[in-house]
Amino acid sequence: MSVDQATVKKIARLARVSVEESAIPVLQTELNAIFGFIEQLKEVDVNGVEPMTSVVKMQIKQREDIVNDGEDAARVLANAPVREDNFYVVPKVVE
Amino acid sequence: MNIAVNPKKLIKGATGDWEVVIGLEIHAQVNSRAKLFSGSSTAFGAEPNSHVSLVDAAMPGMLPVINSECVAQAIRTGLGLKAQVNLRSVFDRKNYFYPDLPQGYQISQFKYPIIGEGEVLVDVTPDETITVGIERLHLEQDAGKSIHDLDPHNSYVDLNRSGVALMEIVSKPDLRSSEEAKAYVSKMRTILRYLGTCDGDMEKGNLRADVNVSVRKIGDELGTRCEIKNVNSIRFIGQAIEYEARRQIGIIEDGGKIIQETRLYDPAKGETRSMRSKEEAHDYRYFPDPDLLPLEFTQSYVDELNAALPELPDAKKARFIAEYKLSPYDAMVLTLEHENADYYEAVAKSRDGKISANWVINELFGRLNKEGRDINTSPVSAEQLGGIVDLITENIISGKIAKDLFEIIWVEGGNPREIVKARCMEQVTDLGAIQKIVDEVVAAHPDKAEQAKTKHGMLGFFVGMVMKASGGKANPATVSDMLKAKIGLE
Repeated sequence: MSVDQATVKKIARLARVSVEESAIPVLQTELNAIFGFIEQLKEVDVNGVEPMTSVVKMQIKQREDIVNDGEDAARVLANAPVREDNFYVVPKVVE
Repeated sequence: MNIAVNPKKLIKGATGDWEVVIGLEIHAQVNSRAKLFSGSSTAFGAEPNSHVSLVDAAMPGMLPVINSECVAQAIRTGLGLKAQVNLRSVFDRKNYFYPDLPQGYQISQFKYPIIGEGEVLVDVTPDETITVGIERLHLEQDAGKSIHDLDPHNSYVDLNRSGVALMEIVSKPDLRSSEEAKAYVSKMRTILRYLGTCDGDMEKGNLRADVNVSVRKIGDELGTRCEIKNVNSIRFIGQAIEYEARRQIGIIEDGGKIIQETRLYDPAKGETRSMRSKEEAHDYRYFPDPDLLPLEFTQSYVDELNAALPELPDAKKARFIAEYKLSPYDAMVLTLEHENADYYEAVAKSRDGKISANWVINELFGRLNKEGRDINTSPVSAEQLGGIVDLITENIISGKIAKDLFEIIWVEGGNPREIVKARCMEQVTDLGAIQKIVDEVVAAHPDKAEQAKTKHGMLGFFVGMVMKASGGKANPATVSDMLKAKIGLE
């Protein structure tokens, strides 16, 4: 599998990454090298091997249904570039 | 599923009949105190960004830890939908950018949902029940809320809802009319409320639906569908389907093609319109969330939850029909909300089921509806209404007086038996006293008494007169019998 330049641009846009036009061919080459490596990995026979989800054999940790966090709007909003009345304020996004 | 075509449900077009095919994705907010992956509160109506932890605000390094109660609620819902419960499921990241989604992705379940296929029985009319297939149910995070009308240039973001647990319940495309779709959502809401897994409050957005609509000629393959996003009332779901189906038929009959797209229903205009901006976002690039291990639990845990499930609407309805000898319709009305069913049972226990049902449905529900109240704020308790039913079945008061008594208790409260005694509302059982009134009334209208011998309708006039003279306290049947004897009817 390999990607063309249009796909590289699309991936960048979906990830909200700004990419200079001149960087596109470079990224294309790098991405295709990665895909090439994945193709190579595909040659390994993994029949009967379960996908690994964790390096340690353990169960998902669960929490009890108890409210013990939040109620600290000042801390939550501390890094917001613009805020008003405890709202985050962002450039208008409307349908 | 193969569904027989019902000609009554088809829509007439210029080129013949069209079948509407509908599938629904219901988003139901899980009843829980804390959010799906954090310890902040799910309570509605708080100050902006107060019920928000650093996890919900997606600060770097914060990790999700799943709320076990949300898992239990999803399992209970699956059991209530007679669905496959998957002992192992996986959380995925659904990637898209929007200001009210601080993570840049929603944690959802894509390939391996917690609940698989199930089914729901839906009463479309008292005589028509359909089976609707459930495709899957999965757990996911809700997003925050963007407010666009506070400022001309900016949007305001509140993350209180961010991270609240949702169950997305996906139906199979088994629905064939707006009526069926409305009945399905209504039934789903009833089931969720019985289970206590979602409060079903559509006004608060705690239950909302994405509606997939396509049309086809009978026997054809499924048509291209459009998805109407986020419809938050049962009535609007019906209206959106009616509009959308006709819009699609119009396009096809004019030689056009349906483009698969996301649309929005505008209740003010009664039409759907395209949300083109959402199209590109459809490339969600799902992948397993590396912050979360697969969700695993044992069958014995599922069995434990199953054993503790409450009686569900279908079972309760069947039991009401068998135990209280109710009509299917009355049983359906009484079991729509479990609070109503509980109230009815408190009245009907050791009393006549049918009379109790009539009083609960006609008098109580009628009055509650009129005043925009629900059963939880009823001024008349089940014990009081039961007391009224007792007085009727013991022949102490007439049906007419019982309505007056109901009114008194509605306004003033009190013990029915004591009120009847204190205000002398008992039915007159002294036959001599009633006979006396009958004699007087007939004597006062000799001409009408003569007419009544041939004109049976005239008897009603006399019954009315006697009832009035007795202050409504005579038994109408007794009065009628006495009048017939007095006037000389058979």
